[in-house]
Amino acid sequence: MADDHFSLFGLPARFDVDAAALERAWRDVAARVHPDRYATASAAERRVAMQWAARANEAYRQLRDPLLRARYLCEQAGVDLQTESNTAMDPAFLMQQMEWRELLDEARHDPAAVQQLQAELAEARDAMHRTLAELLDVRRDPVQAGQKVREWMFIERLAEELRTAQPLA
Amino acid sequence: MALLQISEPGDSPAPHQRRLAVGIDLGTTNSLVAAVRSSVAEVLRDPEDRPLLPSAVRYLPGGRAVTGYEALAQQAQDPANTIVSVKRFMGRSLDEARATGAPYDFIDAPGMVRLRTVQGDLSPVEVSAQILAVLRQRAEDVLGDDLVGAVITVPAYFDDAQRQATRDAARLAGLNVLRLLNEPTAAAIAYGLDNAAEGVYAVYDLGGGTFDVSILRLTRGVFEVIATGGDTALGGDDFDAVIVRHALEQGGIDAAGLTLADRRGLLVAARAAREALSDAGQAPLQCALQDGRQVTLELSRQQFETLARPLVERTLDSARRALRDAQLAPADVRGVVMVGGATRMPVVRHAVGELFGTEPLVDLDPDQVVALGAALQANLLAGNRAPGEDWLLLDVIPLSLGLETMGGLVERVIPRNSTIPVARAQEFTTFKDGQSAMSLHVVQGERDLVADCRSLARFELRGIPPMVAGAARIRVTFQVDADGLLSVTAREQSTGVEAAVTVKPSYGLTDDEIAGMLADSVRLADSDARARMLREQQVEARQLAESVRAALQADADLLDADERARVDACLAQADAADTLEDVEAVRAAVQALSAATEEFAARRMDRSIRKALAGRKLDEIA
Repeated sequence: MADDHFSLFGLPARFDVDAAALERAWRDVAARVHPDRYATASAAERRVAMQWAARANEAYRQLRDPLLRARYLCEQAGVDLQTESNTAMDPAFLMQQMEWRELLDEARHDPAAVQQLQAELAEARDAMHRTLAELLDVRRDPVQAGQKVREWMFIERLAEELRTAQPLA
Repeated sequence: MALLQISEPGDSPAPHQRRLAVGIDLGTTNSLVAAVRSSVAEVLRDPEDRPLLPSAVRYLPGGRAVTGYEALAQQAQDPANTIVSVKRFMGRSLDEARATGAPYDFIDAPGMVRLRTVQGDLSPVEVSAQILAVLRQRAEDVLGDDLVGAVITVPAYFDDAQRQATRDAARLAGLNVLRLLNEPTAAAIAYGLDNAAEGVYAVYDLGGGTFDVSILRLTRGVFEVIATGGDTALGGDDFDAVIVRHALEQGGIDAAGLTLADRRGLLVAARAAREALSDAGQAPLQCALQDGRQVTLELSRQQFETLARPLVERTLDSARRALRDAQLAPADVRGVVMVGGATRMPVVRHAVGELFGTEPLVDLDPDQVVALGAALQANLLAGNRAPGEDWLLLDVIPLSLGLETMGGLVERVIPRNSTIPVARAQEFTTFKDGQSAMSLHVVQGERDLVADCRSLARFELRGIPPMVAGAARIRVTFQVDADGLLSVTAREQSTGVEAAVTVKPSYGLTDDEIAGMLADSVRLADSDARARMLREQQVEARQLAESVRAALQADADLLDADERARVDACLAQADAADTLEDVEAVRAAVQALSAATEEFAARRMDRSIRKALAGRKLDEIA
């Protein structure tokens, strides 16, 4: 019972989750296990509560973020993502990747390139969302989904680089 | 919402019996203690009806110390022995303490600076403990009984070393710390409960020596911190320092030639001028130096605001960064709660109002709001909450935590603004063939280079079996508890070799030292006090034995035969403790029983949490 993130929150193990229901469930679990409930209990009891609370927060963090959620579902299905060692990518995605890299270089001095890259990354992210919902929830193909997750990780890294390349608003 | 209830070993209060718990705001300039009485939080006053206790301690020859107003009045005459703003040195090194420009005789010591006084070299932890002990006494006098515990507030932006130092100070003062609570979060509780606030709020907290800004989401009894930012070396004191610099420039006086007393006198005069300028357009500054020279200056509010602008800008930068971390715009913020005496400055209120596009909320006393929030939380934690009165705090860590990797780079393990408690693991590997040990260096901060982050601890994992470089898999787990305190464990996955460290800063006061200091105070206590301690320990032994028996009746299946035999043996010893005369022997029996039942208590807790979560699924999840 409650040994995986989804059952901890009483939710079905799907990529497509109801964000509001997830948040409600997290708060409910957090309220039940939070160490504040056991402030005057023994050290051992406080430790157990703290471990549960940390687990609930970590589970929520992973399920709330679509990319981490997709990773989690792949890993739960036994797919080793080998994020460090496996850099094999679809040739079409590699081409796309190179184009984005060039655009990122331009973005350092060209606001128009910033906007273009932002728009393209947002679109790519939406496409990933749809693709993974299809692969994980409908076709139930975690291996193929794992391949897409690696591509998505690249997209998010690029988006992060784009964010930090810009000055503080 | 029905919450699970678990009986607590060593504690079975009658349902009507209130458990006294206080909230303490241990401030740079002033400290306060507050408690919930007749369901209202209020600040506890001294016999002269004053709510504040100036955070000032004067050490006198012969071992006596005076604290508060009396110490403050004497600071210019006896600057080296009168410590003010000690909070700025908590968990800090000599260099950092010197960088504040504060006029003290600083001594280098491992990990944390010490202050030279007539009573020897004192750690900031000991000075803070002195302030906390006075507040504890005040609370016990006013409330008329012993405290079960206290919530102590800390700046949200305090790092691990500063938090540990604060907790140690409280323990040294004989306080049971129920929780370290972030100051802006405490203020949000006081404000939010008072106004039934809902939505996104910012708390702008500019105290005497520290600055915090927190962005919170308030929803139906949940206080969720989304992001926090700040600067633990920026506060009202720095505004005073720019006034002093300006006055010396105007008077053509070289700061290098000033004595400690001169510098202290100038800071006191600058503070008075600054406070006057919150209401007046013009204020005089006057100070006689020890060599007979006079420093006089007529300061206009406009001049002061020009001088103060760079400091105000620094706070606004922190606020913008916190908003960016929260992925929110200023317009998303419904209200800004102003906390800390330094927010009385019109220049600060104006700038904050401009940034957020809303009039700052100043209806709660900025000096008291943190202590009141802490008192409310303490009351909740002690289990005194009235039916229907309940809330949940979800706070975050202010600074990222990571490990040093090859090349002096930081690998982030837990990013800042992660909700606590949090546990996160990461795998590392060896660099050389046959490497048998790994040195782990835990750091805190946002920069990529180790040299730019705060070093929290170093420890070693030894006994890694010989493998080629990159083959070992070392899993390092970081765990941050609800107080924001870190512990780290490392484990080699193939062999199970393990090492752990609770990140205790290397500033000297170890657990053993604190235990030693507390034991000394027991030895010195008179025979009445010793008799009372013996009775208290015997009551504790009885209560613990009773609750263990109740637990065994309910959940004996969680223990195997060996474990059960150990528990039974310790139970017999605890029963026998009733006839003992030696406090230490009774204490040992209590400790033995609680150690023997620790794992049992943990398993019961785990079982009851699982049961509670399973029950929720049936009746609450559609």
